[in-house]
Amino acid sequence: MSQTIATPPTVRLDSDVIGKPINRTEGPAKVSGAAKYAAEFDVTGPLWYGYIVSSPVAKGKITKIHAEEVLAIPGVQRVFSHENVPSLAWFDRAYKDDVAPGGSPFRPLHEPEIMFSQQPVALVVAETFELARYAASVLRIEYDVEKHNTDLESSIGEAFDAPKGKTGFLPPPKPKGDMNKAFADAPHKVAGEYIHRAQHHNPMEMFATTVDWLGDGKKMKIYDKTQGAPNVQQYIAKIFGLSKDEARIISKYTGGGFGAGLRPQYQVFLAVMAALELEHSIRVVMNRSQMFSMGYRPHTLQKLRLAADDLGHLQAIEHKALAETSQFENETETVVNWSAILYDAPNTNFDYQLTKLDLNTPADMRAPGAATGSFALESAIDELSYEAGKDPLEFRLLNYTYEDPSENKPFTSKRLDDCYHEGAARFGWEKRNPAPRSMRDEKGLLVGWGVAAGCWDASTQKAAAKAVLTADGHLTVSSATNDQGAGTYVIMTQMAAQTLGLPMSQVTFNLGDTDMPAAPVQGGSWTANSVGAAVKNACQEIGKKLLKLAQKMDDSPLAGVDFEDVQFVDGHLRTNEDITRSVAIADVLAASGEAKLEADGKAGPNPLNMLKYSMHSHNAAFVEVKVDEDLGTIHVTRVVNAVAAGRIMNPKTARSQVLGGTVWGVSMALMEETYLNKDLGRYVNHNYAEYHIPTNADIHKIDVIFVEEEDDIASSIGVKGVGEIGMLGVAAAIANAVYHATGKRVRELPLTIDKLL
Amino acid sequence: MNSFTLTQATAADEAVRDLASHDGAAYLGGGTNLVDLMKYNLTRPTHLTSLGLLPLADITSLPDGGLRLGALATNADTAWHPEVEKRYPLLSQTILAGATPQLRNAATNGGNLNQRTRCYYFYDLATPCNKREPGTGCSALTGPNRVCGVLGTSESCIATHPSDMCVALAALEAVVRVQGPDGERTIKFEDYHRLPGDKPEADNTLKAGELVTAIDLPEEGYADHFTYLKLRDRSSYAFALVSVAVGLKMNGSTIEKARFAVGGVAHKPWRDQEAEQLLEGQTASPDLFRKVATKVFAEAKGYGEGSLHNSFKIELGKRAIVRALKQAVEMDYEVNSNAFLNSNP
Repeated sequence: MSQTIATPPTVRLDSDVIGKPINRTEGPAKVSGAAKYAAEFDVTGPLWYGYIVSSPVAKGKITKIHAEEVLAIPGVQRVFSHENVPSLAWFDRAYKDDVAPGGSPFRPLHEPEIMFSQQPVALVVAETFELARYAASVLRIEYDVEKHNTDLESSIGEAFDAPKGKTGFLPPPKPKGDMNKAFADAPHKVAGEYIHRAQHHNPMEMFATTVDWLGDGKKMKIYDKTQGAPNVQQYIAKIFGLSKDEARIISKYTGGGFGAGLRPQYQVFLAVMAALELEHSIRVVMNRSQMFSMGYRPHTLQKLRLAADDLGHLQAIEHKALAETSQFENETETVVNWSAILYDAPNTNFDYQLTKLDLNTPADMRAPGAATGSFALESAIDELSYEAGKDPLEFRLLNYTYEDPSENKPFTSKRLDDCYHEGAARFGWEKRNPAPRSMRDEKGLLVGWGVAAGCWDASTQKAAAKAVLTADGHLTVSSATNDQGAGTYVIMTQMAAQTLGLPMSQVTFNLGDTDMPAAPVQGGSWTANSVGAAVKNACQEIGKKLLKLAQKMDDSPLAGVDFEDVQFVDGHLRTNEDITRSVAIADVLAASGEAKLEADGKAGPNPLNMLKYSMHSHNAAFVEVKVDEDLGTIHVTRVVNAVAAGRIMNPKTARSQVLGGTVWGVSMALMEETYLNKDLGRYVNHNYAEYHIPTNADIHKIDVIFVEEEDDIASSIGVKGVGEIGMLGVAAAIANAVYHATGKRVRELPLTIDKLL
Repeated sequence: MNSFTLTQATAADEAVRDLASHDGAAYLGGGTNLVDLMKYNLTRPTHLTSLGLLPLADITSLPDGGLRLGALATNADTAWHPEVEKRYPLLSQTILAGATPQLRNAATNGGNLNQRTRCYYFYDLATPCNKREPGTGCSALTGPNRVCGVLGTSESCIATHPSDMCVALAALEAVVRVQGPDGERTIKFEDYHRLPGDKPEADNTLKAGELVTAIDLPEEGYADHFTYLKLRDRSSYAFALVSVAVGLKMNGSTIEKARFAVGGVAHKPWRDQEAEQLLEGQTASPDLFRKVATKVFAEAKGYGEGSLHNSFKIELGKRAIVRALKQAVEMDYEVNSNAFLNSNP
């Protein structure tokens, strides 16, 4: 039984554009190489190259930089370090970007102190890339090394409650009832400790910045790899005291981000600083090892205790988490709250703490917090279902929440139950033998089937867009949002085409330029919803102008009609009541004599609805694994991922998002882990050969189901976003399937060969 | 990476002379490892002697019934060569379990022998590593060492040789032909790579300036009973945690001759001739295989517990040997079909 309190959307979205599997508009540019990424743009005049030098030590102080040795090499222009970095903004707030956590942000080359291994300590600028790289490799730097601590397990005693300070962070829900007594008294209970270590985002494209020094005062075009050009602009403008005109950030294409590009990375600081100091165009590109010097999903230890009564109803939920952070910032994730949204019990206890280590600050990484929390939660729920003698799916349905218990609010929509039902039907769950170790394939491999659920925020951020309709009938819409591969280009084109009833071929959507109306960073699954609403509103404003102009025409068939009574279909304005009362947009433009029509659109969260409702997307992942028990190998042979995320604007790009999320879940479950050498305070597998993510050979059948929800409260355009939700549930479902296959419950990720021996 | 000069040699003796006449010179084959090493600043040759034009890319039958693999034949051309596929399917299968199609298309047979370890610390100039910089210490002894070895290690180095191909070449008892300033010589495969001891900087027994010109395979290719079992952290493009190459000659259920080598566990492909002897003349059985596996790892030493450390490889290695021997006897196993994806015969 689904509970949907939302009324059907008032926005007309029933044409043949929204909801259709339309190809990416930028696809041909990407596959033909025409799409330019940050390190590929040409500049006016000669280009110099900066190469970053990284600290080999985790803690200490630079005592000497032998810059003169490399400056003697012909072609080397400058060595930047704390010794000669220009005087810049003083206060921390200048260095705070839109999504910075609490604390004091890292300032590159600010001081000789080393706070984490691979901290950037110098930038060598030379006339060619090869020369800069070579000079950087021979730059001698002396350090006064201090004893570091990068060990989370041995620092548990120094944990503290995670403070507020980061936008979007929810403190743990308040406790209810008497957790300890309920747990002690319950007939069915489980307690477990769950571990995963650091994981790095590793987008294919390296972080890179090309600064085009325009030779006009301090004006620069800054091509940056980022998930949010406006966020980079305000960061750069504040630090260097630049106007928005001087610091124009351009980010047309982003070769993956996954959260790594939410905050401005240090290469953009270094490139802009060098360009301003040298008054010259500069390019700075990180190398793959340096991609491990930035934020990461933090090593997190979790403890769960769950208890149920004789009927299998949850009586107690306790979820505690401890994560690492840097010495200088308190990166917080929402880890434990999901346990209070997906399930309810009369007795609960939640706790989320941090410990400071000599590492860089962690960062949001795809489904931050939820991926961590839901792995532990959904593993424990699975374990409890066996304890209670229930089928894992039945147990989840038995403990289904129809309201959000964490805030005692109704959901605007929640069709997780239909995800369970449709996913189970597609997967063939009813054929599952519930006993562990009961299923084998024709070759004798153990087979396990597992299920797990996920939950993510459906949130809206402030966003703006601009629409321009020219006399030739072409509509151009722009917003300084980002497309890191999500499909933003095409779905915004769809939204604009739909709103004004134009064919896709007559609409262009541009993004990634701070000369465009501001948009939030692309993260949190909020772009489709936030920017989509702004695009719709901008186009509607154009529509209103068109109506006014149409009504000025002689014998206008639309005379006296209100905007609400007009529809835009097939390039025409026509009345809802009588579609023969119609005027072609082209005729309106021609009659008006206007060269173009322009309009702005804005969108943002609805605070009243946020107070009244809980807004979330959900999913249910069903997984089949095959395990070779003697050798410990696990293969994920089948996944059905059923997702309820409001309206699906484009089933093709949304499916790709969920496929990518599912692969990410497989990766988290079986492979991903950055190895920390505690003696050296340093990550050691910092390359694509040794930091494992799945290859094609590791990925088998993935089936995506969208359970659509009609929900105009969570979002004015009915969209909840699919960037995060697809990866949730997958890792836990794999661990649960491995238990079903082998009878072995593994609570430490990734599930590498050694853990099943 | 530093600047360097480059000569394109057209004959082996010319290449040997060219290298000898330049200080700090290195041979450049397919470049799939050397160029990486140069980018990581692990090696800074000031001169490269390119071998690309040398006439050493052929694969030819030998009068004694064996097969000569040119040092400059690519791994891909070797794996897909009709004679290799027919007579030495173990070698073909093993090569295709390694790297990626792109790498196999570029990497040469000679270069495969001479590739350096993939130990994390060897590649990271910020960390102590005796193999890279003798006397600085071994970071792997106590740090994460999942890729490192458990057999034949020393306190100065626990690195492994990363090749798949070489594990099969060890089992096949190949012979390496080299040419150097003092002329030509041959090296038995078991003598080609060495254990780290107190000189971990030396991976093999090549003398200064020597160039691999060919790899000779003896006539016996074990085409009826063979397997390469590779266990790794993902299904493609990952080095072996443990791998086993097996070639058997069977007479009914009796093992007449057995050769096998283990990869991912030592500074060289690990052969244990006493363990091979335990198999010969015996009836294949799980108990026998377990006895053999136990013998191979009797002296193994793990370096720490948990998934970041490598003690698990001892048990995994034993299980891999048992499974590989079973596969080679029964010949009813599924080759990692993924290895063949996108390959271009």
